[in-house]
Amino acid sequence: MQIGNIAELLKAKILTPELYLQRDVDYAFTSDLMSDVLTGDYDKTLLITGLSNLQAIRTAEMSDIREVIIGRNKKVSREMIELARDNDIILLQSSYSLYKISGILYESGVKAVY
Amino acid sequence: MVLEYHIDGGDFVNAGKASSAVKRVLKQLDVPAKRIKRVVIALYETEVNVVAHASNGEIEAVIEPERITLTVKDSGPGIPDIERAMLEGFTTASKEVREMGFGAGMGLANIKRNSDDLHIESIPGKGTIVRFTNDLRD
Repeated sequence: MQIGNIAELLKAKILTPELYLQRDVDYAFTSDLMSDVLTGDYDKTLLITGLSNLQAIRTAEMSDIREVIIGRNKKVSREMIELARDNDIILLQSSYSLYKISGILYESGVKAVY
Repeated sequence: MVLEYHIDGGDFVNAGKASSAVKRVLKQLDVPAKRIKRVVIALYETEVNVVAHASNGEIEAVIEPERITLTVKDSGPGIPDIERAMLEGFTTASKEVREMGFGAGMGLANIKRNSDDLHIESIPGKGTIVRFTNDLRD
């Protein structure tokens, strides 16, 4: 599913609108623990997290994750958006809980990493 | 090629900057993406450990055509029992570190998993040296 469609489905705000929104997402991984995120292998994977800080973006960068959605309506800093943009990471923000985001995407065919 | 970076303890805003810089250099050198990922995951976990536990640290990255050697020295509390610290789940991290998304006792095990050859030396009360080497070519 294209990340732009995912944003629509989740009524999410696109914080990096200048990046290419037709990018495909096949998988998603939900975690607030960055150490857990850092143990995985990802391909076309969206990170769903409620951890809204620079390290969530850094973790995506190191893990070759190119799409991140911050759930639970957490505030996203300007520095996070800049870091995401610098690394070609599409950053979304949603008011939905992580459970709701995960459920909607799973139902729509986005697969679990494991 | 030798690259050097400084790490300030407690500075979570800049944690990961060195790993990011190394990633950019390895990309420019056309290192395969999977090899880059192993290097930067191990280095990032090490950086986070220094930020989480030490007052400061230094990173030296020696890049040769076929391999990279990373040496990270810190002025921290040291690790009294390295074997125990390597066990997944063992942690001495503060609440603040946990709030940053780390501190679950997975870092050292993940550094080991993502490095080809890992050596850790530590003197309690003085600091720790983490050194690892990774192949850069398939």
